Amino acid sequence: MELNRRGFLHLLGAGATCMCAGPALGESNDPTEDDGMAMLVDTTECIGCRKCEFACDQAQGLSGRSRESFEDTSVFDQPRRMVADAYTVVNRYPQPNTPDQPIYVKSQCMHCVKPACVSACLVGALTTAENGAVVYDAGKCMGCRYCMVACPFEVPAYEYSDPLTPRVRKCVFCFERVKNEAKIPACAEMCPPMCLTYGKRTELLALAHERIAKYPDKYVNNVYGEHEVGGTRWLYLAAKPFEELGFLTLGDKPIPQLTETLQHSIFKFGIPPLLLFGVLGAAITAFKDDSSHGAASAKDASSSKPKGVS
Amino acid sequence: MSAHGLAAAPVNRKFFTPGVGVLMVLAAIAGGLALYRFVFGLASMTNLDDRYPWGLWIAVDVATGVALAAGGFTSAALTHIFHRGRYLPVVRPALLTAMLGYTFVGLGLMVDLGRYYNIWHPAWPTMWQGNSVLFEVGMCVMAYLTVLYIEFLPIVCEWSRKGGRLWGPLAVFQNPVKRFLEVAERTLSKTMVVFIIAGVVLSCMHQSSLGALMLIAPYKVHPLWYTPILPLLFLLSAIAVGFPMVIFESMVSAKSFRREPEMHVLTPLSRLALLFLGIYMAAKITDLMVRNAYGHLWDGSFASTMFMVEVGAGVLLPFCMLLSGRVRRSPSWLFIANTLIVLGVALNRINVYIVAYQPHYATHRYVPSIGEILITLGLIATLMLVYRVFVTIFPVLPAVEGDALPALGRRAEG
Ligand code: SF4
Ligand code: SF4
Ligand code: SF4
Repeated sequence: MELNRRGFLHLLGAGATCMCAGPALGESNDPTEDDGMAMLVDTTECIGCRKCEFACDQAQGLSGRSRESFEDTSVFDQPRRMVADAYTVVNRYPQPNTPDQPIYVKSQCMHCVKPACVSACLVGALTTAENGAVVYDAGKCMGCRYCMVACPFEVPAYEYSDPLTPRVRKCVFCFERVKNEAKIPACAEMCPPMCLTYGKRTELLALAHERIAKYPDKYVNNVYGEHEVGGTRWLYLAAKPFEELGFLTLGDKPIPQLTETLQHSIFKFGIPPLLLFGVLGAAITAFKDDSSHGAASAKDASSSKPKGVS
Repeated sequence: MSAHGLAAAPVNRKFFTPGVGVLMVLAAIAGGLALYRFVFGLASMTNLDDRYPWGLWIAVDVATGVALAAGGFTSAALTHIFHRGRYLPVVRPALLTAMLGYTFVGLGLMVDLGRYYNIWHPAWPTMWQGNSVLFEVGMCVMAYLTVLYIEFLPIVCEWSRKGGRLWGPLAVFQNPVKRFLEVAERTLSKTMVVFIIAGVVLSCMHQSSLGALMLIAPYKVHPLWYTPILPLLFLLSAIAVGFPMVIFESMVSAKSFRREPEMHVLTPLSRLALLFLGIYMAAKITDLMVRNAYGHLWDGSFASTMFMVEVGAGVLLPFCMLLSGRVRRSPSWLFIANTLIVLGVALNRINVYIVAYQPHYATHRYVPSIGEILITLGLIATLMLVYRVFVTIFPVLPAVEGDALPALGRRAEG
């Protein structure tokens, strides 16, 4: 019995070693090489006209509010976030030194190159389309809202008031419109072109760095979205450090990397679970009963040490 | 081998007591509120919003529910894999708790899901998304729930063999059901071991993945809890809470059915609990040290206070208590120590899922609404009621002298 148990422990050790030695996945993938579509936002050119908000509302059939209602500038008094019927919002950041020249920043889904929301969604309701846009299929969605937990930019909104068919709501990069009507995203179409530029991500990054090099006094030397969480498809230029403009400071590592690496090494070909199954199977024969099945010994239990553990 | 080879018998006590009445009221309120939620939507009932997509129902009904059902796989492993036969009396009640616990995890999830009618989607191959930790959790939980029902089947077979009969209009199915159970009993007696091991493997998988779920939010989860070994900590804490939960439950049902607590089983079991709690505690403290995260302990924030309570009152204190033989032998002290462990692990799940979750753009903190709380309480109450019904009908709890007459001998009065 002792030998058996020692043999079992050996087996256990071997199993554990196998599991730890599982392949270390660390996909090397340089997102700056990515060739999908992207949008460059030059916040120094934004005048806070909110036309992109209106265009998005129209093109995506969101709230259907009038053009005039989007001209109301009092909304800038409070910082806003995207909600279920607004895929994009513009916020104003007052500048103490130049009070007549506040900075405006448009926000929407960043369309991450390695999107956490897509990795999180258990039914594939969120996917990356061929041009890189992160799109949503309400028909598959269960409404678990794990995508919202996952998104580092806290983008997706949810239709909490809808009892029957609530949807996850976020900018879809006008995917249908771009694909079926050969148009550019609605927000970019209505915006003066210097502010929103739609194009290949590699080309836009080159353009962004070109602008920084050309006007080093105008821009901080940084393109937000180039490296953040492994790269995003919405890229930003700004005159001030991004953290002063409501941008989150995020590292370069793609968000899903840790969970996907763990997940795939733990379940690699189902070997670790099967191994555990085998180890437990072996344990059944290696361990002997400590008392006859049936009546548990009635003697003072405290005096009898449980075997096999201490 | 017979999976549960020990004399168990239906409880022969009066079903309705004032306590049962309270449970029924709670269950009824929750039923009404759930109906309201399904008609008027999540916004009408919960304090969830775009910043806080997950609240009490995910943290308690699902995450804590799964953790506290861990007595099922730990005691199955202990008795049927490691053959500690003396613990057999606790296996059936632990199995029943796990089975009901996971069923209610499903119910809690139904209330929370926006599109609950799509709950089957992860099981449909065209919608499999293997990168998702939640997919893995969902599949494991579904598979394990099936395994739990199978593991419970021998108890139903025993009930039938000892003359159990279907009630009321169901009686027309009496013969087919009886025949089915006979076949099941014969088949299961040979194959049960496979299901028992599968149950342990599936449990290890999803208990740890439940911790991995929050790893997708590195910028939102407070550093006191965010660690790459969160899956390991969840697994260790699930194992650590398994036996304390069994002890807790055994003592509560002893009290409720006015029996003597089974100290001859619970005392040795508490030594095992001590061992596993110690392993969990060591891992948790080492992790804090290695990551240099202990600095956050003294920043006086709400999160740090909650962490201190979780580890101090829920891990360290019961660990020290259980070190003493006197505590392990005294029913009331044993009960207190194990209740602390149970609450500690429950608080850990609440901390990881709610307290530690701190989105940057939030303007206020999420606090569950009365409606959310009442539904959660109602689910727990319903679970306890169903548990009571089950132990009155089926041979789950150990037979006690004077109480255990033939299985079908259900007297009206206690
Ligand atoms: S910003 Fe959020 S919602 Fe948009 S693609 Fe990235 S993770 Fe998904
Ligand atoms: S809410 Fe819908 S889209 Fe988001 S993770 Fe859940 S199933 Fe996927
Ligand atoms: S790309 Fe389309 S969906 Fe996205 S913000 Fe612009 S208009 Fe709205």
